[in-house]
Amino acid sequence: MSEEKYVPKSKLARWFDSRLPLLSLSHHLTEYPTPKNLNYWWTFGGILTFFLIAQIVTGIILAMHYVANTDLAFDSIEHIMRNVNYGWLIRYAHANGSSMFFLAVYIHIFRGLYYGSHKPPREMIWITGLIIYLLMMSTAFMGYTLPWGQMSFWAATVVSNLFGAIPLVGENITAWLWGGYSLGNPTLNRFYSLHYLFPFLIFALVVLHIWALHVPGNNNPIGIDVKKNRNETMSFHPYMVMKDLLAMLVFILIFLGFVFYAPNFLGHPDNYIPANPLVTPAHIVPEWYLLPFYAILRAIPSKLGGVIFMFASIFILVLLPWLDTSKVRSAVFRPLYKKFYWVLVVMVILLAYLGAKPPEGIYVILARIATAYYFIHFLIILPLLGRYEKTSPLPTSISDPVLDKLSIVDKFKKTAAEYEGENVDTFK
Amino acid sequence: MNKKIHSKRRSFLFTATYTIGAVGLGATIWPLVDQMNPDSSIKSLSTTEVDVSNIESGKTITVLWRGKPIFIRRRTKKEIDEATKVDLKDLIDPEKDSDRTKNPEWLVMIGVCTHLGCVPLGGKGEYKAWFCPCHGSHYDTSGRIRKGPAPKNLEIPKYEFVDNNTIKIG
Repeated sequence: MSEEKYVPKSKLARWFDSRLPLLSLSHHLTEYPTPKNLNYWWTFGGILTFFLIAQIVTGIILAMHYVANTDLAFDSIEHIMRNVNYGWLIRYAHANGSSMFFLAVYIHIFRGLYYGSHKPPREMIWITGLIIYLLMMSTAFMGYTLPWGQMSFWAATVVSNLFGAIPLVGENITAWLWGGYSLGNPTLNRFYSLHYLFPFLIFALVVLHIWALHVPGNNNPIGIDVKKNRNETMSFHPYMVMKDLLAMLVFILIFLGFVFYAPNFLGHPDNYIPANPLVTPAHIVPEWYLLPFYAILRAIPSKLGGVIFMFASIFILVLLPWLDTSKVRSAVFRPLYKKFYWVLVVMVILLAYLGAKPPEGIYVILARIATAYYFIHFLIILPLLGRYEKTSPLPTSISDPVLDKLSIVDKFKKTAAEYEGENVDTFK
Repeated sequence: MNKKIHSKRRSFLFTATYTIGAVGLGATIWPLVDQMNPDSSIKSLSTTEVDVSNIESGKTITVLWRGKPIFIRRRTKKEIDEATKVDLKDLIDPEKDSDRTKNPEWLVMIGVCTHLGCVPLGGKGEYKAWFCPCHGSHYDTSGRIRKGPAPKNLEIPKYEFVDNNTIKIG
């Protein structure tokens, strides 16, 4: 955990490191001090890194067999599934990998919301994270178009038509996105090109995200600053690495469960029908991870309004560090925020459920209520809580809550000893 | 020459350089952006001729034009009456039925929902005409939006009757 400047031992290493400081970088990364009280919710950064790399690797392999042409795309996917050695495995890993990637990113985001990881001085970590999230959504959307099935075609049609809602230039923008008057071969080709590019942009932003993280260091469940000189931190390697690896293995087990036992569970059967521009499937829905936004889009009874609210629901998160004005980071010490946090979680899950339902009757009304609550949470409740919430007293050190628990054990030992009239020092 | 003139000259040169630089940058970027617009081969596929002699009253055919479905419906007397009787004040996007057809019997329109581009289903919805399953827009027997999130009536393409049995779209 030494903060002093790193000097490699051998002469050759010193020569190399003074010209290209990769050894210093690697030393910084392994010795990077992490708070000792990080819980398992902090392992999702590692899980996300794994999935980014897994998606890039499986994607590069799929690109060796896939053909981006409207006449051939669907058949080339079937070719991958039936003929290419292990093609089925790689495609199912890629398709389910994206779902797992989003599951992990949602847990990661909601962990940040709970423990106040978006608050000063970590605003730039939060904002680079949101840019990554936006890039992830566009990458996933374009990737979903590539098989050129019915769901691919109509999901892409609906999403690109969102831009048609922009006044005056809307139609020009959709024609520019499509490269035609409707979704067609030029569209498929450019989506393929960008689908290949974006993961590398995400990778670059992940570097910035981690760089921004390494300036102030990790937040922690208690949410107060750690004191590096008081044994409150541990080096990233091996301690956090091992914890991350364990969580990653458990998460990968769930992922492989989907890949091997329910590879199409999260997909839509309609996407095994080749794209047909004359027939829209009776019930079109986006992939599950976009459902809350889809519900917001449909909740507003106006085309432009729906689009504005949908984009606003994401961009409002950029402002979160300034809307959530409470000086206390962690929800552990914010009794009211904790309640509203869980209401928000329920509302987002409700929106996801409603996004998958047809836009009629009670579903529309519920979607409007949930959409309204989503915005009220960020625009009204959070600023008010920052001003009026009475927070619990903060411990002076991240070690305190642990030491408090120890004293409970001590008390128990004492009572037990009194009760049994014997020495129970062996109890540990 | 004194210092003042020097600095004036210098700032003029800076501004001129930035301006030329910005124009050059714009001219360089434009081809990179414009390549994504519809190309000549797509623009040239602009007309389709359709034989409508086999369509009976109350039936619709769907043909593809510029990658989009075109509905051609031979309307029944009842449908035409419904479409013409509606008070314009009741419409979201007011338009007379007679402005939407060249011959009231034939309704020719782009079968793309003006909300987010799905293909509406025929004979469905509150007006037993067209209903978009994606986000629940109802259209009447003239293809006008009556209920739901779509902002506009179904679009009428440019078309003409070449003879009694043939429609040329585009």
